[in-house]
Amino acid sequence: MDSKINKYSNQLILINSIFIIFWLTISVFPFLWTLWGSLKVKADFFSRADWFYAISGFNTLIETGAKFTLNGYIESWTEGEFGKAALNTIIVTFSVVSISLFLGTLGAYALSRSTYKYTFWILIAALIFRAMPHITLVSGYLFPFFQFKVWGILPTTIIVLVAINQPFTLWLLYSFFKTVPKELDESALIDGCSYFQAFRFIIMPVMWPGVVTAGLFSLMLAYNDFTVTALLLNQENYTMVPKINAYLGTVEYGGNYMWAVASVVSATAPLFMIVMFFQRQLISGLTAGAVKG
Amino acid sequence: MPHKTFFWFFFPSGLAMILFIGLPIFSSFFQSLHIEPEQILIEVESCDPFGCETEVQVDQEASAKAKAENPLGRFNGFGTYKDRNHLAFVEIDEAWKNTENTSEFIKQVLNLPFYKSLLFTLTFCFTVTPFVIVLGFMVALSVNVLAKSVKGMVIFGTILPMIVTPLIGSLVLFWMIDSQGILGATIQIIFDDPNLSLKSSRSLTWITLIIYGIWHNTPFAFVVFYAGLQTVPQDPMEAALIDGATRSQRVRHIVLPHLYPVATFIALICLMDNFRVFEPIIGFSAEGVAQSLSWMIYKDLRNETQMLFGSAGATSMLTILGVGILLTPVLIRTWKEFRTDR
Repeated sequence: MDSKINKYSNQLILINSIFIIFWLTISVFPFLWTLWGSLKVKADFFSRADWFYAISGFNTLIETGAKFTLNGYIESWTEGEFGKAALNTIIVTFSVVSISLFLGTLGAYALSRSTYKYTFWILIAALIFRAMPHITLVSGYLFPFFQFKVWGILPTTIIVLVAINQPFTLWLLYSFFKTVPKELDESALIDGCSYFQAFRFIIMPVMWPGVVTAGLFSLMLAYNDFTVTALLLNQENYTMVPKINAYLGTVEYGGNYMWAVASVVSATAPLFMIVMFFQRQLISGLTAGAVKG
Repeated sequence: MPHKTFFWFFFPSGLAMILFIGLPIFSSFFQSLHIEPEQILIEVESCDPFGCETEVQVDQEASAKAKAENPLGRFNGFGTYKDRNHLAFVEIDEAWKNTENTSEFIKQVLNLPFYKSLLFTLTFCFTVTPFVIVLGFMVALSVNVLAKSVKGMVIFGTILPMIVTPLIGSLVLFWMIDSQGILGATIQIIFDDPNLSLKSSRSLTWITLIIYGIWHNTPFAFVVFYAGLQTVPQDPMEAALIDGATRSQRVRHIVLPHLYPVATFIALICLMDNFRVFEPIIGFSAEGVAQSLSWMIYKDLRNETQMLFGSAGATSMLTILGVGILLTPVLIRTWKEFRTDR
């Protein structure tokens, strides 16, 4: 019976394949094109005369003597100090992921195991907090941060990102903890464990899939953030995303487009690899709130 | 779990949220009630062999002193909310009196900065969301029937637009539709108009931003719909098959009703998230013709001479009000789910 439901006419398969190829072109091609263009000079990637130059590498051949060039990468990583921005991103991302997981697992475990009514209100409050546009929070931070002289440094940004990330982490981990049977830690409590011991030695070992998923989302938030990092860090401490924006607009870098193109590729590639590796966890996290079961 | 244990488990997380999400909202509100001190002006008489001139200068010292004494500026009540850059009551009142018909009145109102941004923000939200739902559903249906061997790769390709940050995503598209990029140049050739540029006209820029929004949000709808499709009950499907229902009939009468709650979930999240649209405007350099509420706050905070905390705070409060309205259905939904769970 099952096979009959999943049997499709050839016509349907054809239409389906065309649609999928069409959609994949839209979603993937822009990235491939940027990767290709980053290996050319500006006159080719933005060629006024004929965009076919971007494929043939006409100007790249004239300017550098080869069909492909790594100049954009070399210049942005040396002159553009993109390496420093990359290091800052690594520091911020690593700290945000580890701190938010630490706080989030503790909080979400408590929320999932307490039977009192206030847990409901806390979760509702977290939902409201999650909906706050980040820029409105930043407008609240700036003034006090200037007064306390903590503006512009990495630790401030890390703490802010951890806090912004908490509501989502709590909800996600809460729904994962709910799927772990209560009997597991209850029996540990009866055997004389404290709550913390039950959490640490009984629950955490079976929670790894949930923790990895929550970690992945924290990673994406910290790695991708523009609003907070652009406004709370000073120029020297910029992470990758605000740095790319700085290449485009500011006088200092003279709107050096090819640096921006090369650094977009440099910043996107590691993220894509991580997601390729953890695709299953990413999808389970996205659907945790939507589909029961 | 006893209250005390709960408290210690939850304390670190709760403290972080209160300090860095709860307090900033109050801080924003507090700022919005104040206005930056005016520059203190003094008359300076400068004399040279040809005579003396008096000119008005900013007294840097006195201004700095006033700022140090009262860094937040003077109390202004709800003045900032009412001024020209926000709700603009006076201007609207004038426009009402001075215009003949409604369309002209609306036109004048929509020229005020706040209402202009609000119009773009709402247009963006409510245009992107329906497209995202339809397209996401179509992609999910198509991916669902693919052979297992290619599914993983196709899903990876599909979710790429979602995982890059909006700034990078919009830059990547922007470089293509630039009049010198691959798509922009092709469009010029097709329409045979060398001056045609997506950046040049207001409506074309809006359409570009909306297409970007659809491109960025569809993967999310796809993933949620795709997961929903896995939970469609098989028994009614088989029954329908035996009764001779075609595939489209089965999709319409069994799959769609089953996914209806999932679709509302996507719509609510999509509306809420797109209300904060901001980074694409920077990525597409569309500041001239498309402003959003979040962008207005950014502009105030990036102001060259002086950060306009008051103005940014007021816009923040109005934005939060908007988010609150969009959030209400989500809250009601969560409330109901909790009720049925217990």
